[in-house]
Amino acid sequence: MSTFDFLKVRRLYIDYDNLDQELLNEVIREEPSFQWCISCGCCTATCSAGNHTTFNIRRISLILRRGEIEGLEEELKKCMLCGKCTLVCPRDIQLRNVVMNIKKIVLKKKTA
Amino acid sequence: MIREPNFQYPFLIGTIFLFAYLIVRIILWYIELSKYDKLRFIHFWKTKSVWAALKDAIADGLLHSSIFKKNLLLGYMHMSLAFGWFLLIVIGHLEVMVDRRSLNFPFYYAVFYRYYQPHPDFAGARVFGALMDLLLLIILSGVALAILKRIKKQIFGMKRTTKLKPFDKIALTSLWLIFPLRLLAESLSAAYYHNGSFMSNTLGAWFIQNVRVSAIYDLSWWLYSCSIGFFFIALPFSRYMHIPTEIVFIFLRHAGIMPKKYWNSYAQIQMYSCSRCGICLDACQLYEAGVSNVQSVYFLQYIRNNENVDKSLFGCLICGRCQEACPVHINLNDLRTALRIKASKPLTFSYGYTQMALQQKTDIIYFAGCMTHLTPPIKFSMARIFNFLGEKVWYMDEDKSICCGGPLMLAGQYDSASQLIQKNTELIMASGAKTLILSCPICYKAFREDYVLPGISIKFHAVYLNDMIRQGRLPKINLGFKTIYHDPCALGRGSKIYDEPRYVIDSYSQRMRLKKEKAEALCCGAGLGGINLPIETKNKVTFEAMTYFARFKPNVLITACPLCKKTFARDRRIPVIDIAELTARAIDEYVNEQKKSVREARLIES
Ligand code: SF4
Ligand code: SF4
Ligand code: SF4
Ligand code: SF4
Repeated sequence: MSTFDFLKVRRLYIDYDNLDQELLNEVIREEPSFQWCISCGCCTATCSAGNHTTFNIRRISLILRRGEIEGLEEELKKCMLCGKCTLVCPRDIQLRNVVMNIKKIVLKKKTA
Repeated sequence: MIREPNFQYPFLIGTIFLFAYLIVRIILWYIELSKYDKLRFIHFWKTKSVWAALKDAIADGLLHSSIFKKNLLLGYMHMSLAFGWFLLIVIGHLEVMVDRRSLNFPFYYAVFYRYYQPHPDFAGARVFGALMDLLLLIILSGVALAILKRIKKQIFGMKRTTKLKPFDKIALTSLWLIFPLRLLAESLSAAYYHNGSFMSNTLGAWFIQNVRVSAIYDLSWWLYSCSIGFFFIALPFSRYMHIPTEIVFIFLRHAGIMPKKYWNSYAQIQMYSCSRCGICLDACQLYEAGVSNVQSVYFLQYIRNNENVDKSLFGCLICGRCQEACPVHINLNDLRTALRIKASKPLTFSYGYTQMALQQKTDIIYFAGCMTHLTPPIKFSMARIFNFLGEKVWYMDEDKSICCGGPLMLAGQYDSASQLIQKNTELIMASGAKTLILSCPICYKAFREDYVLPGISIKFHAVYLNDMIRQGRLPKINLGFKTIYHDPCALGRGSKIYDEPRYVIDSYSQRMRLKKEKAEALCCGAGLGGINLPIETKNKVTFEAMTYFARFKPNVLITACPLCKKTFARDRRIPVIDIAELTARAIDEYVNEQKKSVREARLIES
C-alpha cells in the first residue's frame, strides 16, 4: 500500500526537530517558482498519473516541505512528465522541472 | 632563376601535420559509425548522390551560398575568405605550371612564388599577376569584415562568443595575419623586382622609398610562412576545424546517415561543423527574452570545450527555429536530444500502475492527449465533426488516459516513454482500427516517429479535416473572419505539415499571409522542451509572438495545437481557437443555413 495516500495520514504531528529542508531548499534553488505553491491541489486534480493511482503531486510538495523525503524519489517514478499540472497551476509552477530536480538531487545525494 | 631559401619549412610542417591529423581523425570517425552507417557510406560512392554532395560541398563549403541567403554581408565575408583562398591556391598553382611548363615542382612553390620568380616574363604573367592581386584584395576585404564583426559583436553585448580558447586565439590571429603578411612579402618582392601587379607594385614602390627593404625582406617571407604553419597546426584544435569537418558532414549527410539517439561520431562531426556564424542567434526567440546560454552556437561551443551544459541543455524550447535557420544544416534538435538522454539517464520512471482502458472494436480512434484534455472545446469540436460525418469513433483516452510519451522524450526519457508507448500500442492494436487521429502535434510527432503501428494510418486532425473537405464530406463555407494561422513547432518544423491546415482555414475564412510562417513560424513559448525555463521567460516569448500577430489585426488566431492555444489564450489581445473549433463552427453554420432554407422552402410551399 502506498504511503502517499492522501487520505491516510501516517502521523498526526510534524516533528519540527527533525525538519530537514535541505532538499526543499535545493529544489527551490533550481526551480524558484516552487516556493509559491499554495497547495491548492489543481495539479493533483488534473494529474495523468493521479488518474490511475494514489499518486498525489500536491502531497509530494507538501511532504517535501515537511522534510519527509523518504521514498519520495520512488513515488515520483509515477509521474509521466506530461505537463498538465504546470498548465493548470494558478501559480505557474514549473512542476515538470520540480519533479526532475527532486529526482536528480535525491539521486545525487544517494551516490555521494 | 630559383633561389633555395628555407623559410618554407614552417609552412611545410604545418601542412603535413594538418593533413596527417585530418586523415587520422576521419578514419577514427568512420570506425565509430555503426555497421549500417558504414555500409551506407560505402554504397553511397556508387550512387548519384555523390554529385549532389559535391555540389553542396562547393556551394556550402566554399561559396557559403546558404549564409548568403540569410545574410549578405556575412555571406560575403565567409565566401571571400573560403572561396578567395581556394582560388588563390588553384590559380597560384596554374601560374607556376604555365610559367614552368611543367607539372613537376614542389607544391609550396606556388605559395611563395613571388619570391622564387622575381622576373615573371612568360606569356600571361601580367594577367596572372593581376588576378592574384585581385584575389588577395578580396580576401583582405573578408578579413577586414571579420575583424569588424568581432568588434561589433562586442558592442552588441555578445561577449560570450569572444571567450576564445588559446588555440582559437592562435588560429584566429594567424589566420588574420596570413593575408596581410602575404601582401607585405609580395610587396617587398615587388619593391625589388617589380614582379607584382596593381596592388603589390604600388605598395612596393612606397616601401622602396620609405623602408630599408633589404633588412626585412627575408623576414617577411618567414613570417608569412610561419603564419600559415601556425594556422594549420592550431586549426584542428580551434573552431576552424569546421572547415574540413563541414565537407565530411556534407558527404555523410548525402550518404543518408541519420542522427542517432546517442552521441556518436556523426554527432561529433556535426558539432565540429558549426562555423559559429551566429545565424541561430537571430532565430532564437529566447535571445530576445534575455536568455543567452542555450542558443546553438553557444551550446555547441560549451560541449566542444567540455563545459558543463546541464542548465543550458534543458533550457531550450526545442522549437527547431535555429535548426531550420542553420546554414550548415546541423541537426540541432537531435544533438540536444542525444545529450538530454544521456544527462537524464539516472532518472527512471515506471508505470506499472496504469489501468488498461476498455478495448473496443473500431475503425477510427481519436486520441485527444493530455493537452487536449485541458482544452475541452477542441475535444467537443472533434466529437461534433465526427458526429456530422457519421463516423463511429473510439475516444481512446476519454477516461483513464495515459500520456503518449512525447513530453518524456523531450525530457530525454526515452526508456521511460517506451513503457507508455507499449501500453498505448497494445490498446490501439487490439482495437483493430485503421486510422488514428490526433489533435495534438506533440502526440502526433511521438506516434509518427516512435510508435510502430502496422496497418494503421496516423493522421493529424488538420490533415483529416483537409481530406474530408476535399472529399466533399465537410462543407466549404465562409464564416467571414480574418484569420492568421500559427504553425505549431511540432507540426510545422517538426512534422513538415504546412499546407493541409492552411487549406482547411482557407475553406472557412480569409487567411492573412505572414512573413514569419511555415518553417520560420514563431514558437508560442510553452514548448515542452523548455524544462527549466523560468515562466517569465516563456511569457516574454509568448508576448512577443502575440505582438507580432497583433500587427496584422486578425479577428481570430487559429492554431492546431492545444498547448499553443492555451498559451496564446492567456494573452487577451486576439481570440484564439483551434482548427477543429473553426471547422465545428463552420459545420454549425452550415447546418443552421440548411435548416433555414428548409424552413423557407416550407413557408413558400404553404
Ligand atoms: S496547482 Fe500549483 S499552486 Fe496548486 S498545489 Fe499544484 S503546484 Fe501548488
Ligand atoms: S507531469 Fe507528472 S505530476 Fe504533472 S500532471 Fe503529468 S503526471 Fe501528473
Ligand atoms: S549552429 Fe548553425 S547557425 Fe548556429 S552558429 Fe553554428 S553553423 Fe551557424
Ligand atoms: S531550438 Fe528554439 S529555443 Fe532552442 S536554441 Fe533553437 S531557436 Fe532557441
